[in-house]
Amino acid sequence: MAKVMMKGNEAIAKAAILAGCRYFMGYPITPQNEVPEYFSRELPLVGGTFVQAESEVAAINMVYGAGASGARVMTSSSSPGIALKQEGIGYCVKGEIPCVVVSMMRGGPGLGTIQPSQSDYLQATRGGSNGDYHIPVLAPGSVQEAVDFVKESFEIAQCYRTPVMVLCDGLIGQMMEPVELDHEPTKREMPDLSTWALGYSPKGKTNTVINLDIDAPNCEKENIRFFEEKYPAIEKNEVRWEEFMMDDAEYAFVSYGTTSRIIKNAVKALRAEGMKIGLVRPQTLWPFPQKPFENKNIKKWIVGEMNMGQMVPDVQLACGRKEDVLFYGRTGGMIPTPEEYIDFVKKELGGAK
Amino acid sequence: MVTDDKRVRIISGHYGSGKTEFAVNYAARLARQSDHKIAFADMDIVNVYFRSREVRDKIMAMGIRMIDSSVGAGADLPAIPAESFAPFEDKSYEYIIDLGGNDVGTIVLGRYRQWIDLAETDFFMVVNIFRPDTNSVEKIISSKESLEQASGLQVTGLINNANLARGTTAADLLKAETMLSQVSRQTNVPIKYTSYVEEIVTDMTEEIKKQLSGEIIPMTYFMRETWM
Repeated sequence: MAKVMMKGNEAIAKAAILAGCRYFMGYPITPQNEVPEYFSRELPLVGGTFVQAESEVAAINMVYGAGASGARVMTSSSSPGIALKQEGIGYCVKGEIPCVVVSMMRGGPGLGTIQPSQSDYLQATRGGSNGDYHIPVLAPGSVQEAVDFVKESFEIAQCYRTPVMVLCDGLIGQMMEPVELDHEPTKREMPDLSTWALGYSPKGKTNTVINLDIDAPNCEKENIRFFEEKYPAIEKNEVRWEEFMMDDAEYAFVSYGTTSRIIKNAVKALRAEGMKIGLVRPQTLWPFPQKPFENKNIKKWIVGEMNMGQMVPDVQLACGRKEDVLFYGRTGGMIPTPEEYIDFVKKELGGAK
Repeated sequence: MVTDDKRVRIISGHYGSGKTEFAVNYAARLARQSDHKIAFADMDIVNVYFRSREVRDKIMAMGIRMIDSSVGAGADLPAIPAESFAPFEDKSYEYIIDLGGNDVGTIVLGRYRQWIDLAETDFFMVVNIFRPDTNSVEKIISSKESLEQASGLQVTGLINNANLARGTTAADLLKAETMLSQVSRQTNVPIKYTSYVEEIVTDMTEEIKKQLSGEIIPMTYFMRETWM
């Protein structure tokens, strides 16, 4: 299929519809407004339903209902809006509701700025909701990858019966890029809707979706099932990352999303000066890739994010060498330049040796 | 010649057509060729990123009077300053207006309607045929009509800004030329300019240039960062 130019937010909504999403509930917030705008225009044309809810809290709970009924459903928001949705995301975890949540991060904390940021890494990967849980978090690095990851997210959500978050910085949503829309997601074995979804109960059985456990022993049993069965399966099957110029690398950046693109330019520039440096780009932030950090040739890991270093502990844990992890980032909606990373590396590591 | 266009140039187009990149490059060209004072207004009330106010300093360095939001480049407020009226009244200015996309973006013109003198106004429509909503003759015409309905102005010139960002080729511009010529024939609106980023479209030849309508505006990226 020929490439088309799309803005990230539009492309995300388009990809969701192509993935079979027919329900979207959300509440406007910059910089993701083109997502609901696109759905509001396009969903009715394919027999779907768009609801502008009265709040983010209402939206995520409508998602709970649609997802419990076996529908492919999405909501999206930006940082403070995602904060509001957290309770509902936890409910979706407990109810094992397949759904996709797009988080288009802006500068925080609080109302913050409308400029791009990655300062909700911890909110996404450590859970802003209550209880013992994880949700898969996919972090696209381009508009094309946003399209592909949205499609994957619907498959992952339904396969493991879990909310899935697509975590983007605002630039991914606002950037205009050529995309191909016909990439097929990986096929996964899906639980049949008749085994769990409301409205699909086979004769003589009633499917239920439950959030309240009256008994603690049962709640514990369910939690253990998640941690012994569901999460290990996701960790095994769904972890993704990209390695860029890592073959002979002695130093490595670790970065995701838009920052990783900026850093790729820094890597190329530093390579041109003779420095053996590469980039590990986690594409899933949970599960966090462990394997690329087994690389013993790497003397220093340089984490780059648009935040104050939220991924640093994950890199420290993965490489097992706390003292060898450096960090440079910008925050509050500021975007670093390739030159800033080049200067940082030269200052900290002395450049080419 | 950009100097031959009407005194007030309103740059409109479908959402994401590349209006701002074109408008800033057009301004740069006009600043080089014209002896008049030039004002540039960012009247984009639709986009939140990639607005011409982000390159305010570069526009001002061209010797152009920059008019944009009075509440800072980063605010999510569709604020347009009273200063925007000045170049309508002060006819010693050449005036370039960078609108937001779609019919929604042109609504802002309503405020200025009584100051817009049709005899001295060009209303350009920037088209990128690789945008899904303007990828056929029919869709381009329908998009043109909705811009005209919302603004109350007639499009006076089409701009072929076919692009796939850094993947644009000369063949892409030729494909758009064919489509826009048909639009032009059906609507009697000329293709005034064909614009592309010179460092990207490396396979452009003099032979191909001859097949492209209107004046060619070679562009450089103002809005797209090197890593984008």
